[in-house]
Amino acid sequence: MAETFQTYRRRIRSVKSTAKITRAMELVAASRIVRARQRVEASTPYAKEITKAVSEAASNRSVTHPMLTEADEPRRAAILLITADRGFAGAYNANVLKEGEALSGLLDEQGKEVVSYVTGTKGINWFNFRRRPYARSWSGFSEQPRYEDAREVGQTLIDAFLQPTDDGGVDEIHMIYTEFVSMLTQAPDVRRILPLELEEAEEEQQQQSEETGPSPLYEFEPSAEEVLDTLLPRYINARVYNAMLQAAASEQAARQRAMKSATDNANELVEKYTRLQNQARQAQITQEISEIVGGANALAESTAGSE
Amino acid sequence: MAELHVELVSPEREIWSGDAHMVVAKTADGDIGVLPQHEPVLGSLVDGVVRVLDESDEEIVRAAVHGGFLSVANDRVSILAESAELGSEVDVAATRTRYEEALGSADGDEEAQAEVRRARASLRAAGEDV
Repeated sequence: MAETFQTYRRRIRSVKSTAKITRAMELVAASRIVRARQRVEASTPYAKEITKAVSEAASNRSVTHPMLTEADEPRRAAILLITADRGFAGAYNANVLKEGEALSGLLDEQGKEVVSYVTGTKGINWFNFRRRPYARSWSGFSEQPRYEDAREVGQTLIDAFLQPTDDGGVDEIHMIYTEFVSMLTQAPDVRRILPLELEEAEEEQQQQSEETGPSPLYEFEPSAEEVLDTLLPRYINARVYNAMLQAAASEQAARQRAMKSATDNANELVEKYTRLQNQARQAQITQEISEIVGGANALAESTAGSE
Repeated sequence: MAELHVELVSPEREIWSGDAHMVVAKTADGDIGVLPQHEPVLGSLVDGVVRVLDESDEEIVRAAVHGGFLSVANDRVSILAESAELGSEVDVAATRTRYEEALGSADGDEEAQAEVRRARASLRAAGEDV
């Protein structure tokens, strides 16, 4: 009995120290969400302006650009998976990877070869563990993505897209990231980024034209083609950057939630073990008392007999 | 008098926004000056200095822009810079060292040449003579 009392005490101590760690991680994540969201917000003006510029450039003239045209028979598709560098974030990484599996299954059914690009250590490990090939991977910036990181990823994807399919290029590019809907909801989101779908841009433009009337005819400097040539890749980079920022905010939110429930669980365990520990202690005391009483009785009887 | 509303943004943050009378930027074809009532333009910028002036041609803001776009419509000027820094934010000493280093190894090296252009734009934005 004495052993169980000790065991419980040890367990309580260890659970308590775990709770301290998870609580600290929860607080760290909570403070990082704020900064991550500020970064998302700081990037919005640029994203908005470039979306507007793209929609104006693409809709005002009958320009054709390789990044705007669909391949006749798409044979190869790329998937960019944006995962975190660290775990301890609940189902955050698993959700993205699950969505990636579903999408690659779908593309496979359509007869397209799937090429994967991965950012984030967790995603890379997932691929390595399953011995799945991937074209390229990046890591080390999932919590604080910088624009340069996004540009590198975006440029790699654009290069792959512009390469002819016969030389190993891809015909379409999809991106999977976790959208930061609110503090409580973060949902994995699948977007096709290339060839460009201008739906979003058009929506934006409609809103704008309601505000300011029809958008004017633009003069291009130096020429429409050259402007598109430089504008479109930057638009893609901005999209990738925005996705990374949202993913970073979602990662922190997911981590905060995971760590909060871990802390709650630990506290519950401490409570449960404290009860059990008290019970064990009570049992131990009872046992000792009954032993003493029993011993005293036996002693009393033996002395009574000798008298 | 009509005014221009100017926004200078980079992917990571909004660098400056406000009203002005004239914007001077450097496009692939050369310098472009934008006054109120300018026709709509979408131009790509090269490494250079963007100057925002008020009615008496006093400089309000001077910034180094490293590649990006200029979009003008309805007296709104948006400068979308791939990266940009205000002249007042430039670390002159460090940039000058970088500039001279890059200049020394610039022969035929494309990266060094790009670095020279970037550093030169930053220095000029800071009001240095290069």
